[in-house]
Amino acid sequence: MPWTHIYADKEDWEGLAPEKGLRSLSYVQALNETQELLLESDPAVFVLGEGVDDPGGVFGSTLGLAGKFGKKRVLDLPIAENGMTGVALGAALAGMRPIFVHMRTDFLLMCADQIANHAAKWRYMSGGNQGAPLVIRAIIGRGWGSAAQHSQALQSMFLPVPGLRIFTPATPYDAKGLLVWAVKSKDPVLFIEHRWLYGSVGYVPEGLYTVEPGQAVVRRQGTDATVVAVSHMNIEAARAARALSARGISIEIVDPRTIAPLDMETILKSVEKTGRLVICDCACRTGGAASEIAARVAEAGPSLLRAPVARVTFPDIPTPASPVLEEAYYPGAKDIARAVAEIMP
Amino acid sequence: MSLAEEKVRGLLETMVLVRRFEEKIVEVYGAQDMKSPVHLCIGQEAVAAGVCANLKPGDLQFSTHRNHGHCLARGADPAALYAEFYGRETGCCHGRGGSMHPSFPELGIPGTTAIVGGTIPLAVGAGLAFSMRGQDNLAVAFFGDGASDQGILAESVSFAVLHRLPVLFVCENNGYAVASPLSARQPDPDVSARMAGFGLPTVVEDGNNAAAVYVAAAEAAARARAGEGPTFLEFKTYRWQGHVGPECDVERGCRPAEELAAWKKRCPVALFTRALLEKGVVDEAYVKDLYEKTDQRLDKALAEARKSPFPDPADIGRGVFAETGKADS
Ligand SMILES: Cc1ncc(C[n+]2csc(CCOP(=O)(O)OP(=O)(O)O)c2C)c(N)n1
Ligand SMILES: [Mg+2]
Repeated sequence: MPWTHIYADKEDWEGLAPEKGLRSLSYVQALNETQELLLESDPAVFVLGEGVDDPGGVFGSTLGLAGKFGKKRVLDLPIAENGMTGVALGAALAGMRPIFVHMRTDFLLMCADQIANHAAKWRYMSGGNQGAPLVIRAIIGRGWGSAAQHSQALQSMFLPVPGLRIFTPATPYDAKGLLVWAVKSKDPVLFIEHRWLYGSVGYVPEGLYTVEPGQAVVRRQGTDATVVAVSHMNIEAARAARALSARGISIEIVDPRTIAPLDMETILKSVEKTGRLVICDCACRTGGAASEIAARVAEAGPSLLRAPVARVTFPDIPTPASPVLEEAYYPGAKDIARAVAEIMP
Repeated sequence: MSLAEEKVRGLLETMVLVRRFEEKIVEVYGAQDMKSPVHLCIGQEAVAAGVCANLKPGDLQFSTHRNHGHCLARGADPAALYAEFYGRETGCCHGRGGSMHPSFPELGIPGTTAIVGGTIPLAVGAGLAFSMRGQDNLAVAFFGDGASDQGILAESVSFAVLHRLPVLFVCENNGYAVASPLSARQPDPDVSARMAGFGLPTVVEDGNNAAAVYVAAAEAAARARAGEGPTFLEFKTYRWQGHVGPECDVERGCRPAEELAAWKKRCPVALFTRALLEKGVVDEAYVKDLYEKTDQRLDKALAEARKSPFPDPADIGRGVFAETGKADS
């Protein structure tokens, strides 16, 4: 299906995609279009964040929106993330549909109190009386020495917060469908993007459609090992699949698309078929989606596995600045291929 | 030469060093091998120079993403900074931190962070430590107008006033946070007006006048060292380059070209040089010589940095914890 396909490289897209009638957009275009459509169709929707109206437009993802909808609905904010998250939440409680945008997930830590103590628990604490429909977009940065405070992938830290959904779209199609779902939902959503996905292209239908959370997608069928890939790791996994197939190893790539909720059914079904599992996350090793998936597979039936589970993640080290250390820090297709090869008989 | 003259020349030397240090980054950045997001302080040199000239050994200073000037003004080795920006093992953070996190503990710079507002309370904590130990030192928090948006500033200032801590809150008000003007973020363009309510002396000064910065900081430092508590110093200044990177952002529509042109006419380095020439503290030959020597020093530092070794990738985990002799599993 066109919307499940990951185009790891530009040639890949040029070779495969322009099947007749398929509209292609980049990830950033998809985000921009989605917000435009939502702003157009629902007066309660507004976008807020530092620089959402500036000439950079949050790496292009909000570019042009302020011109079209005005600076009240595309609202620049002071650098006051903690308070402003509360302001966004308050607006949500008063019936608005805020989309709060952060250029880096690192800044989510400033908002952590409002997200975890307030928004995520609001519905439950109120006995279900009142939901908190707040959407927070945040981007994982990478490269050019962004270093320890500008390229963290902090979605893991929010995984243990009940009441919060965490989306990690890897394709333009999912970015759009999941963002629409998030904004229409009655509860808070942490919407995690990856800066290195912004330029990747794929099929995106026109108009509004939704992608349901908790529904993984099999991006590539395979028989020897299941590779679960989160966010940008899908690109690396697609490359690894090619390299491995040249060596006669066939991997099945499963993209959970949302790490909370997690679609374990699809993952387990795949593991049942392949008997091997490699989990690739865009985050440090400890306590992230990879750990959680491994734990759940262990609970569901370790007998499914013919080899130990392997994880491909960032190391438990702050992001270094030097290009040579960045190179060593980020796992890629080679590391995935190696991890798979190591658990093959 | 009188002590005052020596100080004054020192200010000029620092400003020229900072200016040329940054301009050399602009020159080399196109080669794309300085892979670090550089936040240049061209146009704001007088604040770093004027404040740091009042610091003595043991004083601690905390800075931001826009830290190059603060480090150099405190005596940081340009080669250690350049090497850090080039990601080399010889850099001041061994290539781990890059341009946003320089650290020179021996100079009174424990480290630098780039979370806006994040370092303000650290200066207060350092002030608390000095006060607990009865030490004649002070701490400086450098931050931008953008950081004054953060609630953490109010929390920090209030606590410092409560305990009469030896802290200089130094706000470099350059009017913008990235492309967002102060007027879009705050109802009052004077950051210090908001702070006065916390009950500490506030000073608004021309941040492009090195002498004025120096005097304001000297008074604040004297108060801090005398146990009279913190001062809020707001210096109005302007950044010439874009928020990050070597280019100017005016062409991109981030701010009006006329505004930049007007501020360039008030170049802090040129203003101070002219004042010193007029007063006869320096002559043209001295200034020429100063630029030449500075350039030689910086060119050497750049060349040194470029040929320094990169860190060993196998060493990537070094420095997560203090070395204990035992590996963390
Ligand atoms: C908590 C936090 N939010 C947002 C950012 C992104 N950011 C980096 S610098 C900056 C603007 C800071 O403006 P200001 O404090 O005035 O300093 P200047 O850049 O003008 O020197 C912003 C928004 C950040 N680093 N940290
Ligand atoms: Mg500023």
